[in-house]
Amino acid sequence: MKPAVSLNHVTYTYPGREHPAVLDLSLDIPEAQTTVLLGPNGAGKSTLMDLLLRWRIPETGTIELFGTPLSLYSKRKLGQTMSLVPQEEGARFSFTVLEYVLFGRSPYIHELAAPTKHDIHIAYDAIKQVGIESIAHRSITTLSGGEHQLVLLARALAQQPRILLLDEPTSSLDPGNTAKVISILRTLSSQGITLFFTTHDPSVAAECAHIVAMIDHSSLLHSGPAHEVLTSSLLSQLYDTHIETFMHLGHLVISRIHS
Amino acid sequence: MKKASDSTREHSHYKSITHEYRKRLIISGALLVVITFVSLFAGRYPSAGVAHPLTLLSDPMLQQVIIGVRLPRMLLAITGGAALAAAGFVFQMLFANPLVEPGFLGVSQGAAFGAALAITVWGFSPILVQLSATTFGLLALIAAYWLAKQFRFGGWILRLILSGIAIGALYSAGLSIIKLVADPTTSLQDITFWIMGGLWNSTWSTAWSVLPTLWVSLLILLSVRWRVNILSLDERSAHAIGLSVNREKSLLLFIATVATTAIISVAGLVGWVGLIIPHLSRRLLGSDARFSLPGSLILGGGFLLICDTVGRTLLSSEIPLGVLTSLIGALLFIVILSRKQTEVQL
Repeated sequence: MKPAVSLNHVTYTYPGREHPAVLDLSLDIPEAQTTVLLGPNGAGKSTLMDLLLRWRIPETGTIELFGTPLSLYSKRKLGQTMSLVPQEEGARFSFTVLEYVLFGRSPYIHELAAPTKHDIHIAYDAIKQVGIESIAHRSITTLSGGEHQLVLLARALAQQPRILLLDEPTSSLDPGNTAKVISILRTLSSQGITLFFTTHDPSVAAECAHIVAMIDHSSLLHSGPAHEVLTSSLLSQLYDTHIETFMHLGHLVISRIHS
Repeated sequence: MKKASDSTREHSHYKSITHEYRKRLIISGALLVVITFVSLFAGRYPSAGVAHPLTLLSDPMLQQVIIGVRLPRMLLAITGGAALAAAGFVFQMLFANPLVEPGFLGVSQGAAFGAALAITVWGFSPILVQLSATTFGLLALIAAYWLAKQFRFGGWILRLILSGIAIGALYSAGLSIIKLVADPTTSLQDITFWIMGGLWNSTWSTAWSVLPTLWVSLLILLSVRWRVNILSLDERSAHAIGLSVNREKSLLLFIATVATTAIISVAGLVGWVGLIIPHLSRRLLGSDARFSLPGSLILGGGFLLICDTVGRTLLSSEIPLGVLTSLIGALLFIVILSRKQTEVQL
């Protein structure tokens, strides 16, 4: 199957830094599957996300989206193809949840125009998809961390993307909200949306990944089907600590062993 | 079927809220018209107070006063107030900071410095004064932004405010030096007028020197107001939604700065309008700029018109406009910040 995203020998160094944040990284993200980028803090996960978003431009190497170089996409087309759920986003103004989710319709709305009835319907469908209808008219400044994360997910869905990027989607959530987000991601994946997200938590990857890519010290260590990559030895090597994996009631359980 | 009816119900709910905001905008607009009408007849001619409108038919002098003196001045007050409030609104959204306005980032001080420099070097020429005010206002904005990026402590809001204070202080110092070397019989008087802020020198000629710039700026800001909302998000998020963040922000900041410096070049330093009015507008019309930006224009225009009318009618000698806007603005600011709902994290 043709990959949704293809990274070829991508390298990026932050201005003024000596060592690259991403070094000669090649990776295919298959269409309609969930790919999880796993790695410890500071491994280069967020930089890779920025490169996929075209927020940063690679020094060398190329990134292709459905076979077309990323650089050839217009801003509008890119916003219609790919959307982002950021790890966090400060809310300074009291927009309502619906107003905030409507922002995701921007790639479909002319610069001088405002959302139409059609856009409102799509935004509300996205709100329903993540199950936050009851807070649709509340101010975003009054939401809990979990609710806010779901609003960001709804806004990204309102863009009707083919590829959904999520930056550490569960890192600030309690177990209940984490389970909720994972369940939504599984549903989205079953609907044919390509999902790519970063996490430092292998348990989250075990719950929904088809493909797992491991990154450390700016380079890709391993990538492949989740059951092949999420092994005790590879995880222990990645996180430099003893990690055990075992099956329990048909689920892969990952646990750090205290020495 | 249920899905469709849910969405339709949601659309009706959304529509009823927007309908309410539209109604409030229309009422605000109507109030502005009433205030404008009263202000036309308010003054110290033919006697202190508000003249009866029918006097206009029998008093050619009153006609002269209204058409030749009050009308251009009021037009400048309304448009200038609208421009200052709109610029403040755009600054607050684009810097994702409800505590900024062009004056807080040194733009007003930069514009005053530019105006003073032009008066001293070239004498009083409206076009040159405006050009110089705009150039130095923009330089102040760029400098404050750059300096905030260099600071290595505190949050973005705090850094931006501190850098604005620093740049504003530098320009104020520059302004003092210009005053020291300015000719006390000519230039110094004109410069003093700028610092106090006022519209008492307004004629049709001064009004026409800035009104087209202000109208075009306001029209552009109004036409892109929904996108201004999205530019208040984190830049990376706005980029991911499909906006050309740097290009769009630069363009809107440029327009807001031009509007601010244009009114400063004829009215002098009129502070606080750009800070207070957007807050009031958001309280009345919600945060969506589709409503709160036009609301800012109407409230800003009304606020400056009331201040100017009070300033020219209350006492036998005129109270400078900048003094009144600062007095009322600072009091309102204290009230707004003391309210529980206001959550600003530095």
